[in-house]
Amino acid sequence: MNLVTPFEGIGASVKRKEDLRFLSGRGQYTDDINRPGQAYAFILRSPHAHARIAGIETAKAAAMPGVLAVYTSADLAGIGGLPCGWQIHNKDGTPMAEPKHPVLAEGKVRHVGDPVAVVIAETRARARDAAEAVLVDYEVLPAVASMAAAQAPGAPLVHEGVAGNLCYDWHIGDAAQVEAAFAKAAHRVVFETTNNRLVPNAMEPRCAVGDYDTATGEHTLYTTSQNPHVIRLLMGAFVLNIPEAKLRVVAPDVGGGFGSKIYHYAEEAIVTWAAAKLGRPVKWTADRSESFVSDAHGRDHVTRAELALDAEGRFLALKVSTQANMGAYLSTFAPCVPTYLYATLLAGVYTTPAIYAEVKAVFTNTVPVDAYRGAGRPEATFLLERLVDVAAKRCGFDRVELRRKNFISPDAFPYQTPVALQYDSGNYHATLDAALATADWAGFEARRAEAKARGRLRGIGISTYLEACGIAPSAVVGSLGARAGLYEVGTIRVHPTGSVTVLTGAHSHGQGHETTFAQLVADKLGVPIANVEVVHGDTAKVPFGMGTYGSRSLAVGGSAMDKAMDKIIAKGKKIAAHLMEASVEDIEFDRGTFRVAGTDKAKSLTEISLAAYVPHNYPIEELEPGLEETAFYDPKNFTYPGGCHIAEVEIEPETGRVHLVNFTAVDDVGRVINPMIVEGQVQGGVAQGVGQALLEGCVYDADGQLLSGSMLDYTMPRADDLAPVSVATHTTLCTHNPLGVKGCGEVGAIGSPPAVINAVVDALRDWGVEHIEMPATPQKIWSIIHGKSC
Amino acid sequence: MYDFAYHKPATLADAVKLLAADPDAKAVSGGHTLIPALKLRLNKPSALVDLSGIAEMKGIRREGGALVIGALTRHAEVAESAEVKAAIPALAYLAAHIGDVQVRNRGTLGGSVSNNDPAADYPAAVLGLGATVHTSKRKIAADDFFLGMFTTALEPDEILVAISFPIPEKAGYAKMKNPASRYVMAGAFVSKGPMGVRVAINGAGPCVFRQSAMEAALAAQWSPEAVAGIKQDADGLNSDIHGSAEYRAHLVTVMAKRAVAAAG
Amino acid sequence: MPQVTLTVNGKQHTVEVEGRTLLVELLREKLRLTGTHVGCDTSQCGACVVHVNGDSVKSCTTLAVMCDGAHVTTIEGLAAPDGTLHPMQEAFREYHALQCGFCTPGMVMSAVDLVRKNPQGLSEKEIREGLEGNLCRCTGYHNIVKAIAAAQEVMHGRRASVAAAAE
Ligand SMILES: Cc1cc2nc3c(=O)[nH]c(=O)nc-3n(C[C@H](O)[C@H](O)[C@H](O)COP(=O)(O)OP(=O)(O)OC[C@H]3O[C@@H](n4cnc5c(N)ncnc54)[C@H](O)[C@@H]3O)c2cc1C
Ligand code: FES
Ligand code: FES
Repeated sequence: MNLVTPFEGIGASVKRKEDLRFLSGRGQYTDDINRPGQAYAFILRSPHAHARIAGIETAKAAAMPGVLAVYTSADLAGIGGLPCGWQIHNKDGTPMAEPKHPVLAEGKVRHVGDPVAVVIAETRARARDAAEAVLVDYEVLPAVASMAAAQAPGAPLVHEGVAGNLCYDWHIGDAAQVEAAFAKAAHRVVFETTNNRLVPNAMEPRCAVGDYDTATGEHTLYTTSQNPHVIRLLMGAFVLNIPEAKLRVVAPDVGGGFGSKIYHYAEEAIVTWAAAKLGRPVKWTADRSESFVSDAHGRDHVTRAELALDAEGRFLALKVSTQANMGAYLSTFAPCVPTYLYATLLAGVYTTPAIYAEVKAVFTNTVPVDAYRGAGRPEATFLLERLVDVAAKRCGFDRVELRRKNFISPDAFPYQTPVALQYDSGNYHATLDAALATADWAGFEARRAEAKARGRLRGIGISTYLEACGIAPSAVVGSLGARAGLYEVGTIRVHPTGSVTVLTGAHSHGQGHETTFAQLVADKLGVPIANVEVVHGDTAKVPFGMGTYGSRSLAVGGSAMDKAMDKIIAKGKKIAAHLMEASVEDIEFDRGTFRVAGTDKAKSLTEISLAAYVPHNYPIEELEPGLEETAFYDPKNFTYPGGCHIAEVEIEPETGRVHLVNFTAVDDVGRVINPMIVEGQVQGGVAQGVGQALLEGCVYDADGQLLSGSMLDYTMPRADDLAPVSVATHTTLCTHNPLGVKGCGEVGAIGSPPAVINAVVDALRDWGVEHIEMPATPQKIWSIIHGKSC
Repeated sequence: MYDFAYHKPATLADAVKLLAADPDAKAVSGGHTLIPALKLRLNKPSALVDLSGIAEMKGIRREGGALVIGALTRHAEVAESAEVKAAIPALAYLAAHIGDVQVRNRGTLGGSVSNNDPAADYPAAVLGLGATVHTSKRKIAADDFFLGMFTTALEPDEILVAISFPIPEKAGYAKMKNPASRYVMAGAFVSKGPMGVRVAINGAGPCVFRQSAMEAALAAQWSPEAVAGIKQDADGLNSDIHGSAEYRAHLVTVMAKRAVAAAG
Repeated sequence: MPQVTLTVNGKQHTVEVEGRTLLVELLREKLRLTGTHVGCDTSQCGACVVHVNGDSVKSCTTLAVMCDGAHVTTIEGLAAPDGTLHPMQEAFREYHALQCGFCTPGMVMSAVDLVRKNPQGLSEKEIREGLEGNLCRCTGYHNIVKAIAAAQEVMHGRRASVAAAAE
């Protein structure tokens, strides 16, 4: 048997196992799958933000060459709406408004891109040709394209039954305690901000292929999903009424998700249903411009916050009022994002003793909004980290010292915040100090002066942040409105000759699980990673799992695997004890070898696994043959990564262009399994955060048309928009999961936007600028410098 | 995309014949403007006449005091051409900064100039150098060629064959890109030479145009400072989510200044 | 229906297409070379980049009929016939320049062309500018830039391996 090299276990930057197939063009993404006899679906979408459908004429399209069928909602009788996975309650205890989200529009369209009809044809081009012949009689209605418009008195209603377009009005914290603290505050700092709406834009557009076996009655859906079991559950149980046993969902290689591929989308139901109806496989692939109006967007908050400080700068209380845009319908996770993933984070890394937050969720005639990398936590972090800078400036404190003064101290853990969470570990002073040193904070003024000599305005900005991930303790989220448990499952199958298959409910769409998970096995069982295969993404192969989002794969999925490996070792010890005629208590296991303590008697894992499958000499009366164990892990708490990000920018005053020149991230993500992958995750997250801060933003006009509806108008970060990012980690272990890991998928996108905007504001300090809304585009900066409105 | 017939004539005469015979047929060179438009189903030609096989539309040559560049010359070829770099380095620089590497590997001078996208680069050089457009029918001075947004003096069956660029004493180009599309948001091509002092502005307005106040100032004194104080009127300029007319007007001055500085 | 004859990864094919068939459709749907991806509909992401007669080209913005007689190389044809990775592929793996892998084929094909055409060597800034036509949503480009910097040393014979170039 090969030996595990020290370069393969926990802590090693192992090169990724998955890379070879991706680098040679042999990845298999959903659109690469072609089933025999496959037909193609084109979805006709609403060009209007809000309209009544007076009629749909499909006969002409149906008669066109190559067309197999044209369907509208009239054909979908008996099919349910797309379900929402989370229920929030109003301040008065009543449940949120939860209007139906039909698969195809029923009588009314509510956003540009709302699916109206589907054409299925022999080729994609033919389906699209025919869609142009579908005549939809729209009676255009006035639209509410912004939250302000939606909440204006007498505003048109997105859903007839939802008064004031209000989905819910929720709160958390102790309002009376906050008011009392404000009454005795030396300083009160009010701050208002908008968190810009973003389009996730994973590079792989969504795609779904439905297949139906007429002989067995089995449905298969291949889909670009981060969580195939969740899709099977939601679509099978709530939309199409297909029992799980007859429905297989496969999420093969997935080209990035960032949240946008968590949700159950209409197209998945359409192709699954149509494949059965037509008896032919049906494929749908989004065009990018279609993604812009059909993938859930992210962020989109408007917030007013007020911070109370004492004379020394200690935070006394925080009051936050946020409006969150839900778009036209509730996407799968949407209601929980601005509540439990946002307001519970408002303590940040600070000891603020009293916090009260209220959140109104609003329906508008725009694309549904849901979790996008960070989900709620970037919004909370941006608010806090800008607010602290604004407070420092207004009250005359140094922005770094003000932070330090209010940090939760390293010996205060576990730390209970006033907004429900209990942090288990962290050391914010350590990450701050490390980042200040790496970024040469102290030497900044000299760099600023040097830049000035070149005609550039240089600024530096800091953000000290925390997030909650490793989603999530099932009982806790259940009490908060989640309609599912959020545990994870892992199966470890040790084959007769000692190679290992890992079955996990987590899903990899860029995170490198095939490598990281193999490292866990190598580290614990002593099996070289070349002999470990990680299987994920197919409901027919892996046990029910909840998928990948909220930086949960390692903390939750990895912990499940760890528990399964404990079971493998426990069983192995029994077999070893039998084979070596020792008592189980005397068997020790270390990386691949079972030993009788204090003797030189030993058996390798391979000898044990062989004995388990070839039970000639085996305690078959007491022990079942085979060496395969499944474990579920339900986290006891969230995990709390945190750290410090420092951005340095230069502005061309003539054009307003902001150049990112330096970025330093020091993050505490708990134990690091593969430093190379962690660094890559942080860099990618930072790029998205910088994108939010400087480049990206959705723009709707007053009629609800998406002006930034393609990559020609929506600014995606490119290589020359970014700068090298220095990434370091400082570890405090998570105290409640067996691996001590916290999660690294989202920290980059959470910590970076306020660091960048703080730097931009700092660069413009001579203009007395206090705040700049994201994205800080050249035009916006120019208008500030030149005193123009834009 | 709607389907269409495809022809690839070997001679200019055949190409003209094909276009003349079918008013719904369209010429295609690099396809990097036309194909994206077809993919979005913005137009529906009956046939495409691929010009790329026509030898007489290729090549870069010096003719007296001018550089004559065939319409089919790709942006990358102009950018790399030793001839162009020696005679009009600003033109090589401009070509080297159109779109991205892959766009420059396919897109052509003729396609860009006949298309006359307000946000395109080449029209600024053509107008800013006072070039002459050679077509299958005639020769057209730059000043008479660009008529308006996406509109030129070319007739439907007229093919742009080559462009003759008078070699200037000095020339420079600067642009501010649209952050999303990377096309030109505001640009300036300045030159001084046989065609006088010329300042052509692209990106900012619906069509490339000459900035006469700046030309006069530069004629009096060729220096970045000479144009720094000249404001462009925002009236009639383009406005979109990335740049208001006022912002673009401001950028025109900045880019003109930078272009003069680049020209030396 | 028009016919095109072209050589893809060294193998000649004659294929019936429509006038409107894009090169990427020919590759993915007719030849089942699904390594070349489609990430946008506005010619901006570069997921579809292949080499046509030695130049990097967006195959989503090229008609199949325009490639009659052309030599096309896709990501599937980049490694040596014995499977040995091209130095650019090797460098992407070594420097963790890919995460989800979706942008990777186009990114690698662009990078190979960029390096081949710049034997004098490219600075970090030039590499970033040279990638203007390729979007990656996962990596933040940092490691892609490092991988290309390392690969160019090997491709121009200045170093023996991408790992050595890391020093
Ligand atoms: C992603 C992307 C980014 C781009 N960025 C820029 C940029 O920053 N700056 C810029 O300037 N351009 C940019 N372009 C456009 C690019 O430069 C085009 O290649 C060019 O504008 C058109 O050239 P073409 O040969 O591709 O023309 P085609 O697309 O083949 O044709 C364009 C039009 O001109 C007509 N035509 C073509 N050739 C002739 C001829 N010889 N005579 C008469 N009519 C003809 C066609 O019928 C068509 O209407 C970009 C394109 C893309 C896809
Ligand atoms: S698919 Fe995006 S550029 Fe070709
Ligand atoms: S690796 Fe996912 S888009 Fe680049």
